[in-house]
Order: sequence, then structure tokens, then C-alpha cells
Amino acid sequence: MSELAIEREIDRSKMQVSDEIAIDINGMNKWYGSFHVLRDINLTVNQGERIVIAGPSGSGKSTLIRCLNALEEHQQGSIVVDGIELSNDLKNIDKIRSEVGMVFQHFNLFPHLTILENCTLAPIWVRKTPKKEAEERAMHFLEKVKIPEQADKYPGQLSGGQQQRVAIARSLCMMPRIMLFDEPTSALDPEMIKEVLDTMIELAEEGMTMLCVTHEMGFARQVANRVIFMDAGQIVEQNEPEEFFNNPKSERTKLFLSQILGH
Amino acid sequence: MADQTNNPIAFVADGNIPESPPPARETGVVKWLRENLFSGVANTILTVLSLILIYLLLKNTLPWIFNGVWNANSLAECREILAGKTGACFAVLAERWPQLIYGFKYPVDAYWRPNLAFILMLVAFAPVLFFDLPRKLLLFTAVYPFIAFWLIWGGSILVPLVALIGCVVAGGVFQKFGKNSFAAGFFGAIVVALVIWNIGGALIPESASENAWLSPVPSRDLGGFMLNMMLGVTCVSLSVPLGIALALGRQSNMPLIKWVCVIFIEFIRGVPLITLLFVASVMLAYFFPPDSTVDLFLRVVIMITMFSAAYIAEVIRGGLAALPRGQYEAADSLGLDYPQAMRLIILPQALKISIPGIVNVAVGLFKDTVLVSVISMFDLLGMIRGPILASTEWNGVYWELLGFASLLFFVVCYGISQYSQWLERRLATDHH
Ligand SMILES: Nc1ncnc2c1ncn2[C@@H]1O[C@H](COP(=O)(O)OP(=O)(O)OP(=O)(O)O)[C@@H](O)[C@H]1O
Ligand SMILES: [Mg+2]
Repeated sequence: MSELAIEREIDRSKMQVSDEIAIDINGMNKWYGSFHVLRDINLTVNQGERIVIAGPSGSGKSTLIRCLNALEEHQQGSIVVDGIELSNDLKNIDKIRSEVGMVFQHFNLFPHLTILENCTLAPIWVRKTPKKEAEERAMHFLEKVKIPEQADKYPGQLSGGQQQRVAIARSLCMMPRIMLFDEPTSALDPEMIKEVLDTMIELAEEGMTMLCVTHEMGFARQVANRVIFMDAGQIVEQNEPEEFFNNPKSERTKLFLSQILGH
Repeated sequence: MADQTNNPIAFVADGNIPESPPPARETGVVKWLRENLFSGVANTILTVLSLILIYLLLKNTLPWIFNGVWNANSLAECREILAGKTGACFAVLAERWPQLIYGFKYPVDAYWRPNLAFILMLVAFAPVLFFDLPRKLLLFTAVYPFIAFWLIWGGSILVPLVALIGCVVAGGVFQKFGKNSFAAGFFGAIVVALVIWNIGGALIPESASENAWLSPVPSRDLGGFMLNMMLGVTCVSLSVPLGIALALGRQSNMPLIKWVCVIFIEFIRGVPLITLLFVASVMLAYFFPPDSTVDLFLRVVIMITMFSAAYIAEVIRGGLAALPRGQYEAADSLGLDYPQAMRLIILPQALKISIPGIVNVAVGLFKDTVLVSVISMFDLLGMIRGPILASTEWNGVYWELLGFASLLFFVVCYGISQYSQWLERRLATDHH
């Protein structure tokens, strides 16, 4: 994928990393049956970090971030999200899920609900926010992703880029402390990729902790403060974006970068 | 190469082409006829054949209907009046009308009670069927079953009252404890309801029903189309929620629940309804405590409900399977718990997909209620085959009676099907 030119200046003033630990993964392993998908993952993410995860198809990127909100179960090691250890306790899982927003490749909006209802559903039912307040907040975030005028339409009436921005707004309405993105732009046409990336950049500028699986290397260069390269279920290399792109250490990273950047 | 101005490919429109009416051959009746009925030799032949068929059909039935006799006391009298002409003997409908509708034992001076129950039923169903109506009406829907029971069966008002109190208290218990643990709430509610019903039942004096406002009518006195309606409405209303529960149970991660549901569904689907009805009429008594005389109506309702719930469960399972995994994941990732995810996200969509299938089962179930005539209940068909055709006056009036029965069933089933089509259009959110 080509590097996407992001024209405007990025305001890094608020994108500060605090000492507080948001996610701590320790010696985590996961198997699908006998297939070892994730091998000895160790990763610490501080509050306010923007991390981009890259790697070839099938390397386990999706599986990794899906483990972070227990959409997938891990079998070994520990994952601590926002101070809560992920275990089999359903209460903990629901608690973590309501603190961690997730944006999917295929948007996964609820087609039987309007855009506004998509955004207010979880705050009303999970957070017990009064309906009026939830609606005000939803409109606030819809304005932020620049589609307040679509609030009464259904997802099926929106373009892909608009749907993905609604999906981001829907997650934000839960006031999450961490946002996970799983290839948020790979199902979109080129002209819609930019509008979604812009939304994500704005989010980064406000200091949101973000873990992003993406092939948008332009985004990684400008927004991330760490790029993680995965292959065959393990973290092969991680570095600051400048170093990662200009000076990759491992052979596998070099090969991957040469393919993806088309040199 | 020619010069640029004569380039045959380049083109720029130099104005708007004015609007003009279509040619006469392309509009109106002529076009419609030509396109739809006479668009080729084969189609023309088929059109002509169909017209001949329709003509023959009408030529033979119309005189039969229009010559029909409405006033007579027996088939013989009808024949006399007709004096050899073809004509129907609708007099049987006129004379036996109450029996066809209410059965032959329901007290005549109490006909207003099922009538009122029927009208109230329309009110009770309105907010369920048309969800744009104010939600407060659902309160009436919730108490309707108790009102209807009291109206139709009569007897002491204490019976439905105790039943209602049991349900309300059980609902309260479920609300309170179900939040923490579904199982605690669920089983707690059942236990509380049973306790209240038993204590309440014991407290109601034996003589309560003798001097009741509404004279008691035993179940075996119910009959006619009223019985079909009662069975159909009760069983459909019960089997949809039961079907949903079975479909969800079949998907459950808990092996015990899953296997109970699978075995139940597969067993029920493998047995003919008529067999289940025979079981209801003779054998089901074994499953209840020996001294309880569980009502035949109740036993039949249980059997038909189980039967159609198994089918509805399979229809809904199809709907659940048609939902993309992403919907479950999105609901999970927002922190919704299982009951919330099901109620707010999964079921609304799965049920929408399942509407045609559920309606299919409901229509089939409604028509299958005539099978109870086989276990000697006098529903509409039972009345026709039994007391009416067996009577000396009306022996032999098949067409009129069975035609009337078909008409009644057709009206109801057509109504259901029209409603479901409206519902599907109303719920369509994907493209418009
Ligand atoms: N439910 C599952 N059961 C068995 N194997 C699975 C399952 N889901 C994923 N896998 C396998 O696990 C591996 C990692 O999958 P994952 O989706 O995490 O890859 P990815 O890095 O996100 O790839 P992509 O870039 O194509 O999305 C793949 O080999 C995949 O085939
Ligand atoms: Mg993936």
C-alpha cells in the first residue's frame, strides 16, 4: 500500500505518554486447537501511547488485539488491561470491554438501529446513562467524526467511510480509555480511507491510547510512537517509526517493508 | 487523419432534448394486454385456455351460490324450495351458526363472554403487532390472558386473580435476583409462583365458583370455531417464546442445556402431531400427579405448543446462523452482557429474518388445530363431522359446511400473511 500523504500538520503537543500502564502483556501464548498462533508475547503499553501493529497476513495481529478485550481467550501468560487482569471471570471481562473500544475491519454496525441508536445503545444499557444525556454525547461524537446530519439514518444508507466513522463514534460514546483498531481502513475505497484516518489522527491528538493494526504506513510514520512488527505469531521487532522504517534490524522486517512499500 | 474539429469520437451536447410523450402503442391497456397476455403464440393459447377454465368454473359455481337457500329447516326442505335447480343449501349455516362458532354445549346466554374476550384480544394484540402504538398498552396485554380465561371459563374470579398475583410476584423476584444471577432469578421465580398458586388455590373455597358472577363453563363444553381460535392464539403466543428459548439453548455453550434442547427439538419434529394429540388425550395424565385432573384443553395446548415450538426453534436457528459473527463481536466489544446482546442486537435481527418462517409455522399450526376433532373435541370440524352432519335434518350438506369452514380459516390465515408482509416492509432498514 502506498504512503498516504497526510497534508495537515499534526499537533503532537497533547500526544504525551504518561507513566501509567494501560496494558501489560506478560508471556502470553495462545493456541487454536494445536496451532500455536501467539508465541510468548510480552508488551507493555503506557497510557497515551499510539501503537501500530504491522505484519504479513496470518501473523496473528488480529488475534493479539482481540485477546486484549477477551474476544479471544488466551491459554497462557497474563494480560492486565487498565489494572484489571483478564481471567475467566465474566464480570471482569464485561468491565474491561466497557473500558476498551474496538473498531473492526467490517464496521459491524447494528443494521436494525439508526446511527444515533447505534451510538447510544451501550451507554444506556451498560453504563446506565440517562437516554437524553447519552443522545447528547452521541451527537457530540458524531459531530466530531463529522456526520451529525446522518444521525437518523440506518447504517445501510451510509458509505463505507461514513460507517467506519460511526463505528468509531459508537466506541467513543462509551468513553473508553483505550481504543483498538483492527485494519479499520482495509475494507474501504481509497478516497474514504483518508476521512477515517483523519478521524483517527484527531483521536491521537487528544491523547487517546491506541493500538492499531493497519497497513497505512503513512499513518504509522506520523502518528505512532511505536511500531510493532509481528510474524508467525511473535513480535519480531518494535521500534520508533523513524528507526523502524529507515533502519529495520531483522531480515523479516526488511523483507516485509520492501514488499509493502513497493521498493 | 482528419482535423480535430471533425473527430468522430469527441462529442458535446449542445442543449437539452425536450420531453415528449411515449408513442400510443407503448402505453395503456393495449400495451399491458399485449405484453402480459398475448406476447406470443404459446402465451396466447395459455391465456385463452385460462379464460375458458375460469368461465367454466364460474358458470358452475355462481348459480350454485346465487340460487342458495338461506331459509329452511332441513336439507329436504331446501331441495323442495330449489325444485330441481342447482343451488346451495346455506340454511344450515343460518340455522347452526351458533353451534359452528361456539360449539353445541356452550351456554347460549353466555355467548357474549367469548365475544367480549375476542374484542379484547384485538386490543391486547394491537401493541404487540403494531409497535408504533404507545408501549403503555402492553400492560393490558399482560393482564389479558387472565381476563380472557375468566370470561371464557367463568367461575370464581379468585382463580385468575391468584394466577395473576403469582405471575406478578414471580416477575418481581426475577427482576430482583435475575440481575445478579440468571439462574437464581429464574428458579426463584418459578418456586415463588408455585408456592403462591398452591397456597392461593387452597385458600379459594370450594363453593366459590357456585355463586360466581360468571357461571363456570367446563373445558369440554368449549367448541366450534371459538375452540380453534383459542387453541391457535394460545399456542402461537406460547410457542414463539418457547421456540426462541429452544433456539438459544441449542446454541448454548453449556452442554447440558444444549443437549436437552437438541433432543427435545429432534424428538418432537420426528413425531406426527396427531400422535402427540392422542398422547395428550389418554396418556399425559400419567405425568401429572394422580389426583390432579389436568384439563384436556390444557393438555392439548401443551402438545401443540411443544410441536410448533420445535419448528419455530429451527426457523429461528436459521435466522441466528444467518447473522454475521461481527454482530456478536460488536455487541461483546461494547460490554453488553449475554441477555442484553441477545435482546437488543441478535434476536431483533434474527427474528426479522425468521418472520416468513415463523408465520409459515403459525399458519400451519392454526390450521392443524382442526386435528383435535380426532380426539373427540368438538372444534369447527368436529362440529361439522359430528353433531351437524349426523343430524337427520342436515345429513349430506357437505359443500356448504366445509366451504364455510374453509372460508373462516382462509380469512384468518390470509390476515396473518398480510400482516407478516406489512411487518417485513416496515422492518426493512437495509435499502431505501
Ligand atoms: N477461529 C480460528 N480458528 C483457527 N485458526 C484461526 C482462527 N482465527 C484465526 N486463525 C488462524 O490464526 C492465524 C492468525 O490469524 P489472524 O487473523 O490473527 O491473522 P492476521 O495477522 O490478523 O492476518 P490478516 O492480516 O490477514 O488479518 C491465521 O493463520 C489464521 O488462519
Ligand atoms: Mg486480521
